[in-house]
Amino acid sequence: MPQITYLHDDGSRVSLTVAVGANVMRTAIENDVDGIVAECGGAAACATCHVYVEPALAKRFPLPTEIEDEMLESTASERRPESRLSCQLNLPAGLDELIVRIPPVQVL
Amino acid sequence: MLDAESCVVIVGAGQAGFQTAASLREQGYAGRVVLVGDEASLPYQRPPLSKAHLKLEAEDAQLHFRPDAFFAEKRIELRAPDRATAIDRAARRVVLASGERVAYDHLVLATGTRPRRPEWPGIDLQGVHLLRTVEDARQIRARLQTANRVVIVGAGFIGLEVAATAGAAGLPVTVIEFAERPLKRALSAEMATHLLRAHESRGVTFMLRTSVASIDGSDGHVTGVTTTGGRQVEGDLVLIGIGVQPNTELAEAAGLAVNDGIVVDAHLVTSDPAISAIGDCARYPSVHHPGAVRLESVQNSVDHARAVAARIAGKPAPYDKLPWFWSDQGDLRVQMCGLSQESDDVVLRGTPESGRFTVLRYCGDRLTAAETFNNPAEHMTIRRILAAGGTLTREQAADPAFKLASAMPVTAAVAKPAPPPAEAPKDG
Repeated sequence: MPQITYLHDDGSRVSLTVAVGANVMRTAIENDVDGIVAECGGAAACATCHVYVEPALAKRFPLPTEIEDEMLESTASERRPESRLSCQLNLPAGLDELIVRIPPVQVL
Repeated sequence: MLDAESCVVIVGAGQAGFQTAASLREQGYAGRVVLVGDEASLPYQRPPLSKAHLKLEAEDAQLHFRPDAFFAEKRIELRAPDRATAIDRAARRVVLASGERVAYDHLVLATGTRPRRPEWPGIDLQGVHLLRTVEDARQIRARLQTANRVVIVGAGFIGLEVAATAGAAGLPVTVIEFAERPLKRALSAEMATHLLRAHESRGVTFMLRTSVASIDGSDGHVTGVTTTGGRQVEGDLVLIGIGVQPNTELAEAAGLAVNDGIVVDAHLVTSDPAISAIGDCARYPSVHHPGAVRLESVQNSVDHARAVAARIAGKPAPYDKLPWFWSDQGDLRVQMCGLSQESDDVVLRGTPESGRFTVLRYCGDRLTAAETFNNPAEHMTIRRILAAGGTLTREQAADPAFKLASAMPVTAAVAKPAPPPAEAPKDG
């Protein structure tokens, strides 16, 4: 089974075994991973489930929709090229481990 | 600050109640937390109920804020389904319907609202629905599988979201609205009119300035609606979304101040210092609006909950968060931030014809609120400007070449993550 690994800003990490297709935000919420707030519950309306996808893996995901792209402009932590809203990310097939870094803050 | 021997009781396990419990633990509160909810489910999110959750493939577990294990791990004692029937303020005890009495050091009322249920003849017919709970949504979802025509009474957010969902499923939808336009209290005429046209172009029929006289049926099942003008509108699923009323009875019976909502101060404390009220049921003084307001939104619930949890954990601060809101109506996304009054006038940024635009609301020269249509970046930028105490002049707002972000007060800095550790693990 594949894993999603969440890296925290303080260097700690948590790895979770998931099924292909698992949503990166829901997986964090269901396992109480700190730092994913997801205020809007996955509607790409709040930008509080921001993650940095490990750059080498970023291309494994479909590009952000226009809405996600615009919401990413207003994340509480700096937007980087590998920034995504985790509610819009489902684990693609063929990946053993997805690594995402959780930014220092989600809410201003 | 309450110590580890204390107990916080939260009445209401919706967004505000759940968030209070979770935030108390995040803030390091070590005492007992008892969360009382009147539904059989784990605490869940309501926004999807009028949207994705009406679709066939919806699963209730996706709505849960947290799985079962979270509550044990965080020592949140969930009493559900149960219900507070009385507050004994002198003894600081809450009486539950199950008979349990729970002593509190602080009580948080997060009792929410319930949909208004009109007294129309036929209201009890099969196929007539209100929408508030996951059970309501389950019934509507089942009905949508067999329904032929949908009638929605009330062109508010719930009504329009369901109209979009039912319309996208191929059902003919008629929306009956008492006022001359949808969302009259919530949105500017410009935005509401645009939404109306957008829904019409997707096949939804609107009957404005129209009131319901009765709901009609045969064999106990709804067949349509008769208007006060005598027109008959056919439908075998009727959804009524004509607003909500706050659940204030418990507070009122306990002698707390109530005025279309439980009245609280700038710290969200009721007329009893041992009791707070938050979320949809609370009327509070907003720094963003003259007079007290009662808001029904995720943001309001979550930010109220965080504020009360912080106060209980020893970090009190007056509540000053900027309200914001979103509504997804099929492929239409409306977002709002700030608080407008109906009398505010408008400055348009962009044009409705372009498929995205923003309505900025002004009271005199003061920017009070912004409404965006399929324009999330402008929503977020204006939201942050307002939250940071900034503003836009009417000229700046109306000028499409003006970069909104340049009006951001300098204090609204963006946090930067620490540089990745040198040994950052890479994919296998």
